[in-house]
Amino acid sequence: MRILVVGGGTGGTIVANSLARRLSSEIREGKAKVTMLSASHRHMYQPGLLYVAFGQMMPDELYRDQASLLESSIVFEVDPVEEFMLDRNQVRTAKGKIHEYDIVVIATGSRIVPEEVPGLAEGAETFYTEEGAIKMFKSLRNFAAGRVGIVVGVPHKCPIAPVEVTFSLHDYFRSRGIRDQVHIKYHYPINRIHSIENVAKWARPEFDRMGVEYETLFNVSEVDVEHKVVKSEEGTEYEYDLLISIPAHRGMEAIEKNELGPDGWIPTDRHKLTMEGYDNVYVLGDTTNLPVSKTGSAAHFEADVVAENIASIVKIGAPVTEYDGKVYCFIEAGHDRATYAMFNYLNPPDLKPASKPMHWFKMSYNKLYWASVRGLL
Amino acid sequence: MSETKIIDARNTFCPGPLMELIQHMKKANVGDTLELLSTDQGTATDVPEWINKVGHEMISTEKIGEDWHIKVRKIK
Repeated sequence: MRILVVGGGTGGTIVANSLARRLSSEIREGKAKVTMLSASHRHMYQPGLLYVAFGQMMPDELYRDQASLLESSIVFEVDPVEEFMLDRNQVRTAKGKIHEYDIVVIATGSRIVPEEVPGLAEGAETFYTEEGAIKMFKSLRNFAAGRVGIVVGVPHKCPIAPVEVTFSLHDYFRSRGIRDQVHIKYHYPINRIHSIENVAKWARPEFDRMGVEYETLFNVSEVDVEHKVVKSEEGTEYEYDLLISIPAHRGMEAIEKNELGPDGWIPTDRHKLTMEGYDNVYVLGDTTNLPVSKTGSAAHFEADVVAENIASIVKIGAPVTEYDGKVYCFIEAGHDRATYAMFNYLNPPDLKPASKPMHWFKMSYNKLYWASVRGLL
Repeated sequence: MSETKIIDARNTFCPGPLMELIQHMKKANVGDTLELLSTDQGTATDVPEWINKVGHEMISTEKIGEDWHIKVRKIK
């Protein structure tokens, strides 16, 4: 059984490692093989980008060598897929190699597309790339007073990031003693300040307490870079001195070019995690079209399900479990406190009060992540 | 001919039904009809609030069993 994992991010790495462990005897006996194709020899811990943007982490701390995170039985190649030939059970890579598979797992993630909004790439800082996070830190460091706007595109990965960056901005300017000279305004696309109702209910009084202004039903239509004005589809606008954006995302270009799904979001069964129309194509992480949070935790729980099912298909010829929509997200709340949101398709998130121990747990997880992607947690 | 796109956001909490609708509205063509499915009671008021503010068209809001079926049309 030839299993191909396309994508070396959180989901791809967890599924590959889990499969390598579950199928260790089959692999040793030559009855199974796990191959991973990735665009990079490095693995990035993406939640760390927010810390880089505030000077709390150095960029090199974001990365580990991908090969060092993988079970030794996994065949790993830095050679991204350029063409998917799903009807032939084949992919073609950038180096021109054809890989045949029996089962493929597509875990290619997502990318920001600020260029979708006129002026956004030029006018706004973003911490969603290494380069952007470093640039944002330098802009923050040079910022002495004025109006800071936060705007959010749809869809985006890490749904809690808008709230977290707002808390971080408040704390950062306070620590520099200039918070009273900075006007912070948060803008959000729907009619409350966060998509999760309980997060919105919890965060709103916090925003009031911090003196953060907010406007809901604000979907960015354009940024007038010359005059420093961000405008919404809904007809309102905000004059800024510093604009921070969480841009809209799409799936990776290869997914779009191969027309696997509109905007690179692959049609995926929400329980089986198979691509619509293909029993031997699994999809997990950001690149699914599921109405589920695009987060590392969702990718992790999806990877657990996919690994268990592929292993059971190898061993007994049938899948044994389903994805229940589980997501678990830390929420940094400022002042060294944190809480979390845990939910699935049937159970809504129920937030506990923010606490210091949960913040310490999140700090620990920034290091434990490397054990998590090895499939050890 | 305009197409009706079904957006199944039933039993989801994040990003949630309205955010899913906004995402699909961005990509729809003018004249397209979108039908949002949701199990969240709030969607029945959230969607018209946004549609009216942004300037698209509300077609209908209907509850069938446990599910809300909300049809809107992209106007601009």
